[in-house]
Amino acid sequence: MGAEFVQFSLTPILIGCLASIACALPGNFLVLRRQALIGDAISHVVLPGIVLAFLVTGTVAATPMLLGAAAAAVVAVLLIEAIKRLGRIEPGAAMGVSFTFLFALGVLILERTETSGVHLDVEHALMGNLESLIWFDAAGWHSLWDPAALATLPDELGRLAVVTAGVAGLTWLFWRPLAISTFDEEFARGLGLPVGAIGFGLVVVAALAAVAAFDAVGSIIVIAMFICPPAAARLMTNCLGRQVAWSIAFAVLSSVLGYVLAGYGPIWLGGRDAVSAAGMIATVSGLILGAACVFGPCRARLGEARAPQRS
Amino acid sequence: MNSFLQALTLSAGYNAALVAIGAALLGFACGTSGTFLFLRKRALVSDAVAHATLPGVGLAFLVMVAMGGEGRNILGLLLGSALTATLGLVLISWMTQRTRLSEDAAIGAVLGSFFGFGIVLLTIVQTMSAGRQAGLEDFLLGATAGMLFQDAVVIALGGGLAVLATWVFRRPMTMVAFDADYAAALGYDVRKIDLAIMGLVMAVTVIGLKLVGLVLIVAMLIIPPVTARFWTERSGHVLWWAGALGAVSGYVGAALSASAPALPTGPIIVLVASGLFFVSLLLAPARGVAAAVVRHWRFQRRVHRRQGLLALARGETIHDPLTLRVLRSEGLIRPDGVTTPDGEAVAAKIARDERRWDVAREVHHDTGLAGRYDGLTPIEDVFTPDEIKAFDAALGGPSPVAEG
Amino acid sequence: MNAQRILSIAASAGERATPAALSDVPLALRGLTVSYAEKPAVFSVDAEFQPAAMTAIIGPNGAGKSTLLKAALGVIPRLSGEVTVFGQPMSQARGRIAYVPQRASVDWDFPTTVMDVVLMGLYRKVGLLGRITGQHSTTAREALARVGMADFADRQIGQLSGGQQQRVFLARALAQEADLYLLDEPFAGVDASTERAIIDVLKALKSEGKAVVCVHHDLATVRAYFDHVFLINVRRIAQGPVAEAFTSQTVQRAYGGRISGPLIADMAAGQQA
Repeated sequence: MGAEFVQFSLTPILIGCLASIACALPGNFLVLRRQALIGDAISHVVLPGIVLAFLVTGTVAATPMLLGAAAAAVVAVLLIEAIKRLGRIEPGAAMGVSFTFLFALGVLILERTETSGVHLDVEHALMGNLESLIWFDAAGWHSLWDPAALATLPDELGRLAVVTAGVAGLTWLFWRPLAISTFDEEFARGLGLPVGAIGFGLVVVAALAAVAAFDAVGSIIVIAMFICPPAAARLMTNCLGRQVAWSIAFAVLSSVLGYVLAGYGPIWLGGRDAVSAAGMIATVSGLILGAACVFGPCRARLGEARAPQRS
Repeated sequence: MNSFLQALTLSAGYNAALVAIGAALLGFACGTSGTFLFLRKRALVSDAVAHATLPGVGLAFLVMVAMGGEGRNILGLLLGSALTATLGLVLISWMTQRTRLSEDAAIGAVLGSFFGFGIVLLTIVQTMSAGRQAGLEDFLLGATAGMLFQDAVVIALGGGLAVLATWVFRRPMTMVAFDADYAAALGYDVRKIDLAIMGLVMAVTVIGLKLVGLVLIVAMLIIPPVTARFWTERSGHVLWWAGALGAVSGYVGAALSASAPALPTGPIIVLVASGLFFVSLLLAPARGVAAAVVRHWRFQRRVHRRQGLLALARGETIHDPLTLRVLRSEGLIRPDGVTTPDGEAVAAKIARDERRWDVAREVHHDTGLAGRYDGLTPIEDVFTPDEIKAFDAALGGPSPVAEG
Repeated sequence: MNAQRILSIAASAGERATPAALSDVPLALRGLTVSYAEKPAVFSVDAEFQPAAMTAIIGPNGAGKSTLLKAALGVIPRLSGEVTVFGQPMSQARGRIAYVPQRASVDWDFPTTVMDVVLMGLYRKVGLLGRITGQHSTTAREALARVGMADFADRQIGQLSGGQQQRVFLARALAQEADLYLLDEPFAGVDASTERAIIDVLKALKSEGKAVVCVHHDLATVRAYFDHVFLINVRRIAQGPVAEAFTSQTVQRAYGGRISGPLIADMAAGQQA
């Protein structure tokens, strides 16, 4: 655990953890609202977002890409709402229509730009490049106190730190209205809470987290982290605060374990090359959820089935 | 344009024709089997199924190579993908039944972790085949450019088989999709039929992987059924509408993509299907947005007109701006708010009808008639002229109000 | 000119009495219309609910009882009409209203305790970030004690019986310390002792001068529980003190043929008693 670790593993692990936490936090509320798949939808429309941003700006710089992805996420959310309300279509189907349509649009534009000689990396969008986010100038733990070395930390780390802090801050700030409107929407409306705005705000924050995370770690982690850690946490406790704490713990555990397994697992098994860290982190989060399904202390359903609506 | 027509008429080459026919068949099978899922409100299960095929593709490749075979054998890859997709389906239903997690969380969890594992396997495959393209990436986004003859045959044959299976099982599946409780009461085994529906979805997903890729196959399972819903209220018809829309999207999309370079088949097919969807969303006769907007606007005016006239009849002041506007535009009140003779006459009629309703509801206790006393239904729609005459008689004469 | 006379007569025949100072009326509805798709669920309803009284909103299934309540609260949008609470528009009087939704509207598996649910009632007082003080906890515990659930404060809500869940909902409303209580079918699917406990609490509220409005479906208990009734079947059928407005005639008009003869006979008997 010396200089090599600091140089090659510390920053990827930190970035993985931050990305996972940023997604898992809003994921808790999405899972409770039965909107878990909005995370799935958002992560699919990131592709058309970056492709369009590239078309508009002509560069592959991070900022326009991120803005494009965020805009696409918001467009997708609005499209889903519109289809749901205007067409009176159930949410799942509305999501399916919206994100597949936008994704197809993204792939088409992508193929058109590729033929014009520019290469945009789909694999990157999918898998991220966690392994390459190394801290090149680090010479050991003491580099943490070395301003010159710190200046060469990967940009993604700073960006994700800001976004994760922002997501955490918003979650803390709006904790009460989020909890009330998630638990009992009608009562929340009766209190005069802006239930629609709260729901939309949650989805926008989720989109923000997804976009920031996908840039560093790819969209697979985003899908998995929105759902797996919160779902596993839900099986561990009956208290919302503790559930969120568990979900953060699971997110961190998945990231660290996933990264280590991806990097060192194949070598332990006698292989030569590392496997996709993003994929492994998602896999580990799924395994954690599986374990929670079998052993989680609060895995069973408590409430009676919803009574049929009366008028 | 010319090459598009050529492709449409299947004269753009043997491979292209096979793909177009296969895509049409696949579109039909996707539309119909997707309808069953959509009506069960489980449209996004298809998303999980599609993503869960990826580790199967990777595993099959590794196993085939380990056994000394050719890793790219399409039948082997399809078999592998079917295997992990089935496992994913089993896990989803296990999670929703055994734990408190709702189905959407289970779908997302399976989707995310299976897909992640699939990517892990793909990176292994990539390092194994070092330098040589394994072609497995095609399963992500679909590819027709590098499509081999045997791929086209698999798509055409598979599409045909899926349509056949849909046709054979159409009755029980339709029954369960529309009303599971009723189907159970009739003695159908709902659980088994649900499994068959999922199995069919899994099958068309696997067949369609190579053509449109695993994300876009989801589109073909969801978009045509949703579109079909706009065009018919008849339960049995949704199925065939969805099949037809899927087939048209597949056929036209494949033809379009064959007609020009850099028009990838998968996205084009999905965009054709999306185009049909958006047109339907806006313009469908009964459920479309345009129709609904007009209907709502008319309805709101009717309500305000009626409420305004009731207020006039009672001599109350009207404050609601929309009500005032409606009454003014019909010349029932003057711009300064005073009732016109027309307005007085209509209000008088409404006041009389209200009294008639009072009598009617004393006389007719059956809910069928009295239940239509919702403020908007004209009394003449509910009762015959002689019945209304009888109400007037009960009110004390043909011109009850004049007598006070 | 004939029409003019008709109008004036129609106006004098209208049942509307001159309202007392509107600021004394806990809840007043004017021309409230709500529709689902193109069918009115509630049509042009006028209503006034009284302070220091318990009012039952009664009508057959699908008559718009819950819809009326939700539209009055702004939980669902209305097509037209106005709502005033103590003479003020709803937005300015939210703090004086407590609402108890139907039990079925909630995911009872939600990770939260009984105490947390009751504290939700204090949201308007505590605000976004305000600290939950000892005072707040005391209010919440007192509310729980009033519904007989003091010992259940730390339970997960999913572990409660249906009746206990309903009591918690009522405690949450009590914690709001409102002047107007709107309850949507509070007695649906609860056990007899819970029904008793709830009615005791509501009667206590009434004696404190609060207004209580319940959507109610059990005609047999109307006389025992309520002071006023509001009969609705899409339109207003009757409103007033139970003795005047809850007669076999009005019930028959609201329910049409759907109500059985014996019950109406019972009610007629109750009328004479």
